[in-house]
Amino acid sequence: MSKLTAWERMEIIRQKGRPTINDYIPMLFEEFYELHGDKLFGDDGAILGGIAVLDGRPVTVVAQVKGRSIEENKRTNFAMPHPEGYRKALRLMKQAEKFGRPVVCFIDTPGAFCGIAAEERGEGESIARNLFEMMRLKTPVVSVVLGEGGSGGALGLGVCDELCMLENAIYSVISPRGAASILWKDASKEKETANMLRITAEDLKEFGVADTIIPEPPGGAHKNPQLTAENMADSISAALHKLSDLRLEELLERRYEKFRKIGAFTE
Amino acid sequence: MLEDLFKIVKVRLDDDSSKNRKSKVSIPSNLLFKCPRCQAVVFMEDFDANQRVCTSCNYHARLTAPERLKLTIDKDSFIEYDSEMGSVNPIGFPGYEKKIEELQEATGLRDAVITGECTIKGQPCVIGVMDSRFMMASMGSVVGEKITRAFERASEKRLPVVLFTASGGARMQEGIISLMQMAKTSGAAARHSDQGLLYITVLTDPTTGGVTASFASLGDIVIAEPKVLVGFAGRRVIEGTIKQRLPDDFQSAEFLLEHGFVDMIVERRRMRRTLSNLLRLHRSDVCAGGGRQ
Repeated sequence: MSKLTAWERMEIIRQKGRPTINDYIPMLFEEFYELHGDKLFGDDGAILGGIAVLDGRPVTVVAQVKGRSIEENKRTNFAMPHPEGYRKALRLMKQAEKFGRPVVCFIDTPGAFCGIAAEERGEGESIARNLFEMMRLKTPVVSVVLGEGGSGGALGLGVCDELCMLENAIYSVISPRGAASILWKDASKEKETANMLRITAEDLKEFGVADTIIPEPPGGAHKNPQLTAENMADSISAALHKLSDLRLEELLERRYEKFRKIGAFTE
Repeated sequence: MLEDLFKIVKVRLDDDSSKNRKSKVSIPSNLLFKCPRCQAVVFMEDFDANQRVCTSCNYHARLTAPERLKLTIDKDSFIEYDSEMGSVNPIGFPGYEKKIEELQEATGLRDAVITGECTIKGQPCVIGVMDSRFMMASMGSVVGEKITRAFERASEKRLPVVLFTASGGARMQEGIISLMQMAKTSGAAARHSDQGLLYITVLTDPTTGGVTASFASLGDIVIAEPKVLVGFAGRRVIEGTIKQRLPDDFQSAEFLLEHGFVDMIVERRRMRRTLSNLLRLHRSDVCAGGGRQ
């Protein structure tokens, strides 16, 4: 695997041709049926959901959708979900639980959307509810960070049994740009801040947050999307295989402990 | 910008007051209180006598955690949990240790939350109170761990949990580890809930970011104090996006009530009574179904 700084990796994931979930779905899954809507308010284009077939077995897929064009980004709001997006995700996860299907989440967002309507409809509550419900969801959950894991908006699909990250993906409590503008009142210090914040897949593995790093071809996923998808499918299959051997109580205990043990303090 | 999601929110109201100050006679801060909501100036003595509630507009100003405990719980009933727990610097963030030390010195707190066991008008519960003086009560490992342990101990002892929330969100200085505290605390709340036990949240000024997006929103009953700020995204972040000034009541307790995310708004002078009554109604010996596993 390549040795790159956080900033160099950010430059790779910002490449225009970086594959999105829409590119990967036909490469990863044998079949896919999209399911729309939260059945409460609307259908958020930033979240894609549905039933897919992986290795001959049905799984539920929930994903944040980056657009590949201006039109697509209009539809998907640049992958920044509103509350109805998180509620749609939760609805589909509960459906997966009912039918005993594993859930595979794909994280790729700058963050949850910051706007008037999002606040009116409870952006905070919708993410909180997902964390609460995903922690006790009675079916395996595997999350994969495709590119950008932006804060609470990413975590809303990130409470899982196994967290996989693509080699160049980042996952951060705050964007380097945001942190730079708070710390130095200067967003242009993004690069230094990125390298300081410990946001790469390697960093997250070291902290016990990420479990698996999925290799990308030299130069990044866009150099060979098919190969990246194959690597990803291998990691997801391996994770699901491992999790399927666990009894439900073990699975839930393990998931709780995965997050329970994260923290650094003295006493 | 959009990416400023979990930054430590400096409430816009503070800015306004500092701007206004320039053009006016400077006021000794210990004599008068200038309300950041309605700009009224009242004697500090009257303001304090009114439990730090603005006598003009009913804005419920921030309290320190010790002040809050004193107003809320039965005298001498408090048994503190994890009083020695303190932060370390897991990602090597520049200046973090120094900042923590200075704040410990200035506030007498170890970190941004105090937790423990108490009674409220005789009703036992586990309580947690966040203190905005400490890095705007942002959630790092210490806050996450103490809240999680509070839920876990309450589950073991079959006690309800009451949390007074205030926070700027996840603590940037601890990087991804602070983000994961959102999942950890929400998971502990879920386990406590699965035991059939009661969790009451009291949203106080200001509750925002990653704390709104985790345990603050998960109470069986969510109470807010009047006029306090509660939201997910920072107000200035949204204003920056839409290029418009937001109405004053945006993200207020009243705004949340109107949109269905708060069960009730309760004034400070009624809080103790309200909490004790709600705790009583959920006791397993009062409510036949409550606490059944």
